[in-house]
Amino acid sequence: MSEKQLIDHEALAGLQEVLEDDFQQLIDTFISDSRANLVAMQKALAADDSDTLRRAAHSLKGSCSNIGAAGLMQTSLDVEARAHRGDLQGVEHLLVELQGEFQQVQQQLEVYR
Amino acid sequence: MRDERAIRVLIADDTNTDRLILEAIVRKEGHEVISARDGTEALEQFERERPDIILLDALMPRMDGFETARRIKALAGEELIPIIFLTSLSDTQSLVKCLDAGGDDFISKPYNRVILQAKIRSFYRMRTMNRTMLEQRDQIARHNEHFLQEQTVAKQVFDNITSGGHLNNPNLRYFMSPLAVFNGDVMVAATTPAGNLMVLLGDFTGHGLPAAIGAMPLATTFYGMVGKGYSMADILSEINGKLKSLLPVGLFCCASMVELNFRKGTARIWNGGLPAAYIYRLGGSVEQVKSTHLPLGVVGNKDFKADAALYSLEEGERLYLWSDGIHEARNSDGDMFGEERVMAAFASNQTRQCMFDELLGQVKGFIGEGEKSDDLSLIELLMAPSSVAFNQQGQTSNDQSQLAEWSLAFEVKPSSFAIFDPLPLLLSVLLEVPGLRNHSGTLYTVISELYSNALEHGVLQLDSKMKTDPNGFDRYYELRKQRTAQVSEGFIRITLTHQTFDEGGCLTIEVADSGAGFETGALTSGNIERYSGRGVALVESLCDTVEYQPPGNKVRATYQWHRDD
Repeated sequence: MSEKQLIDHEALAGLQEVLEDDFQQLIDTFISDSRANLVAMQKALAADDSDTLRRAAHSLKGSCSNIGAAGLMQTSLDVEARAHRGDLQGVEHLLVELQGEFQQVQQQLEVYR
Repeated sequence: MRDERAIRVLIADDTNTDRLILEAIVRKEGHEVISARDGTEALEQFERERPDIILLDALMPRMDGFETARRIKALAGEELIPIIFLTSLSDTQSLVKCLDAGGDDFISKPYNRVILQAKIRSFYRMRTMNRTMLEQRDQIARHNEHFLQEQTVAKQVFDNITSGGHLNNPNLRYFMSPLAVFNGDVMVAATTPAGNLMVLLGDFTGHGLPAAIGAMPLATTFYGMVGKGYSMADILSEINGKLKSLLPVGLFCCASMVELNFRKGTARIWNGGLPAAYIYRLGGSVEQVKSTHLPLGVVGNKDFKADAALYSLEEGERLYLWSDGIHEARNSDGDMFGEERVMAAFASNQTRQCMFDELLGQVKGFIGEGEKSDDLSLIELLMAPSSVAFNQQGQTSNDQSQLAEWSLAFEVKPSSFAIFDPLPLLLSVLLEVPGLRNHSGTLYTVISELYSNALEHGVLQLDSKMKTDPNGFDRYYELRKQRTAQVSEGFIRITLTHQTFDEGGCLTIEVADSGAGFETGALTSGNIERYSGRGVALVESLCDTVEYQPPGNKVRATYQWHRDD
């Protein structure tokens, strides 16, 4: 799994070009926001609050999409869809999956820091 | 005005990462960025910064994108503030929700720099166009308002001029649609000093103000002359001449003019270019009075024919005048009302009093409610007993400004014989007498004959016998020229006396000269030729009486005239 390319370096290069000096800030923001979203999702699931869960998943999905983290985006999309349906069964597995994948994405992003 | 390149873009997104990326892309393109983290903030920023374009995330805390879009659109009013929804929502229902809330477009994540920039430019162009359009629309609205105001004022002036007469005469009914005024229709009516009702309906060629403008001189001439008692022919000629000189080629006035004489029960009708007028007889039949003349303002007065046809009308008979607006009124299918429908309206009429309303109702019904192209002018004249007609008449037949009885003495002295012709002067005085104008040709002949007789035979002592042979004729005129230049004594005294009656008047012309006179007794019809009195015979044939007073240097001619002549 660690061999797998979890982020789109081409997309990131494009962002680097546009953001220039702010690119570093973008990466930092992405990491801290994603972390916050993951925490929020855990809490929401524990509180059986599907709406908050959905919002956090939606937010994570959006930024993952922009940053080029396709795998993370897909998993958060699954969470968002389930939360939208109110079907929270098995979502905890998806959250664990998200956590693991995020750790790897974070590692791969280290090269940009 | 803001520089076209510096577009103000409001970015509302609660996801920091996404907002950072958007800000960078937008700023990179040289636009100005305003940021908001949720809907409420976006609304505040919108009101404060008035951005050109808004990039709006759909799902945001506090106030979501849909509600924010709705409020912004409401605040923007007519102004176009393009809203591009930022969305990773991809299901149709969500996209529809964005559009329903007032969104103009979407852009989905991951953001594509090129597409986003193209959209911003394109929407900004749309916004600029919309703004230009609004400005122009407002400008047009202002112009239109101004135009309507001017038209209202013009209409008031126009109404003041045209309603100076007797459109409220009880024997006259009329309808004129508001649009018709500015389509060049004109309607004037007034009562003559003799109590006749004169009406003129005109339809100028063309539309709008140019067509309406000719109505002014027409109306003022009409009212001025009818009030002074000028004949219909004189009024028509005067209007024709005026329009001919005022209006450009191609602009003229189709017209019908009617003089209703209630005492005699007659209608004098002149039709120049309008659809045939209808006389609605008591028996139910319709007599048409077709156009037999050129419209007013087409030819100069030399070629203009003002002769009108005389019809006798029984009490209760009605006369209808109309412009082509009735015949050419179109229904929604584009069909014209036409002559046949006019005829049918008369044929189906039961009560004569209702004819006017029936016809108007049928035309209006034919056109239909929705149509605004109505351009209708209709006049109905009723032959009423003269007593009724007279009682309704507000003014007396003797105008204050009108001379009823007068005389004028005019003497030509020796030094003037060679250089001065008194005829134009005298004639212009006579033409001031209402009604006498018609007789100007005859009066000119009479006075000029009497004057030249007085000059040649009286003052210059020329013998008319000289003119009997060709040589004598030349000699005569040579001598006349010579003596005129040399004359140092003598006079010719012309006295005009005029009396006005209800039906006309009597003019007495007296010409006396300083000559020795001639044997008046010799001048009888049998031997007129002897005196080469061609002129004398002519004068006798034109006047009612001609009488020479001994010793023959004084002649008195009387000339009676009648208003209806």
